[in-house]
Amino acid sequence: MESAILMEWHVQVGDVVKKGQVIGEVETSKGVIEIEVFENGVITELLVEEESDCAVGTPLAIISNESATQEEVIQEKPQKEEAPIEPTPPQSVVQEEQPKPPKVEEPKEVSTIKPSDRIQISPAAKKRVQELGIDIATLAKEDGSPIQLQDIPTPKDNLEKPTTPKESAKEKPKDPMRDAIAKAMSLSNREIPHYYLNTTINVTPALKFLEELNAQRDISKRILPATLLIRACVKALQAVPQLNGFWVENEHQISPTINPGVAIALRKKGLITPALLDAGSLSLDETMEQFGDLIKRARGGKLKGSELSQQTITISNLGDLGVDEVYGVIYPPQVAVIGLGRISDAPWVIGDGLTVRKVLKATIAGDHRATDGRTGALFLDKLDKLLQNPKELL
Amino acid sequence: MTQIEIQNIIIEEILNIAPDIEEDEIELNENIQRSLEIDSFDFLNMLVALKERIGVEVPEADYAKVDTVENMSGYFMERL
Repeated sequence: MESAILMEWHVQVGDVVKKGQVIGEVETSKGVIEIEVFENGVITELLVEEESDCAVGTPLAIISNESATQEEVIQEKPQKEEAPIEPTPPQSVVQEEQPKPPKVEEPKEVSTIKPSDRIQISPAAKKRVQELGIDIATLAKEDGSPIQLQDIPTPKDNLEKPTTPKESAKEKPKDPMRDAIAKAMSLSNREIPHYYLNTTINVTPALKFLEELNAQRDISKRILPATLLIRACVKALQAVPQLNGFWVENEHQISPTINPGVAIALRKKGLITPALLDAGSLSLDETMEQFGDLIKRARGGKLKGSELSQQTITISNLGDLGVDEVYGVIYPPQVAVIGLGRISDAPWVIGDGLTVRKVLKATIAGDHRATDGRTGALFLDKLDKLLQNPKELL
Repeated sequence: MTQIEIQNIIIEEILNIAPDIEEDEIELNENIQRSLEIDSFDFLNMLVALKERIGVEVPEADYAKVDTVENMSGYFMERL
């Protein structure tokens, strides 16, 4: 995604805004995304008019921090206040965008620049500048406009854009979603040393438990096996948190919140993996409710920016399509992807006897830089145990 | 209600749940979920909507009996 259209402002200059508040909507290739604020403050300026097209990284508004002293307000502007309200691009755009791990900002460096000669730079651009070790001052524009990502020379540009005459002659409009996935997956397979593990789980006890639970409920309150499985994965991640996080700048960061990206098919429009935010705090019923809401909004094209950018792990369930097992490709900067296949009848050994049980093949693909196979094995073992005692999942 | 009427209601609800599907893509004897990429969530929502309109609730144990449009309309017909 390179640009988005700012459709609507929900706030005006002078409005007090709170962390998490939706202040506007942008239309992107993945549908309409709500823009949230990540801090409390007051809107002092709206920089972009409604229905205008803006490049990713364009500052949209200025929010001043009420509680901050005047000095702080000025100094932190370039870094802190413009960052939160960018149209957060879907995480799939990967490399160019800053991953959104818990690590927030490093305003120290910026705040040493005097207000008079400070250079405005978008957060994504700043990150790239730091990666490449370029002096920001050399990029300053004559007109004083903020430095954007595209203003920075990228050594990778040459590698990623082979300009054979044939290809440049083809002017087929690219599918931006496909393009984003292509970039992320190429990066993943190029850089992430994956390990894969697989466990066959007897899910008969879990399904029996659901059947009994659902039998007492109205049809609209039924819990689906897919939801129970998500809940089990989340609980297992609480026990093995190393798989829930990021690999950023050669460092493993464990995320304190669990925001599993759940793969949702948009049928003809591809696939999207929005985050089920803070799934660790949800009960089984709440998980069902939130997951249902997420699917509805994903298909209706109304997801929040945070849902498209704050995934901490991915859960890919291809069981509905009849797949036996899923070997996933990790979505960087995440460090693992859980794969769930279909539930089928299979021979199962109990003691000396052979019987038939409903089984599920669960897999995990882990980033070997961040964790070892042992960690993945502990996760699958915990997942199995939880599904044998489904009451723990309520 | 005749079986044809029930069938039409089912088709309407499939189109409601999945507006990107064209009516002529729906084959009466094909598995609804597989052939139209209706996941378990959509399928449940469809059954909730059909319960409202037809008045018959499908217990989970009977999902296999309502896999195609034709089987589903037959199932509802028997239980009206």
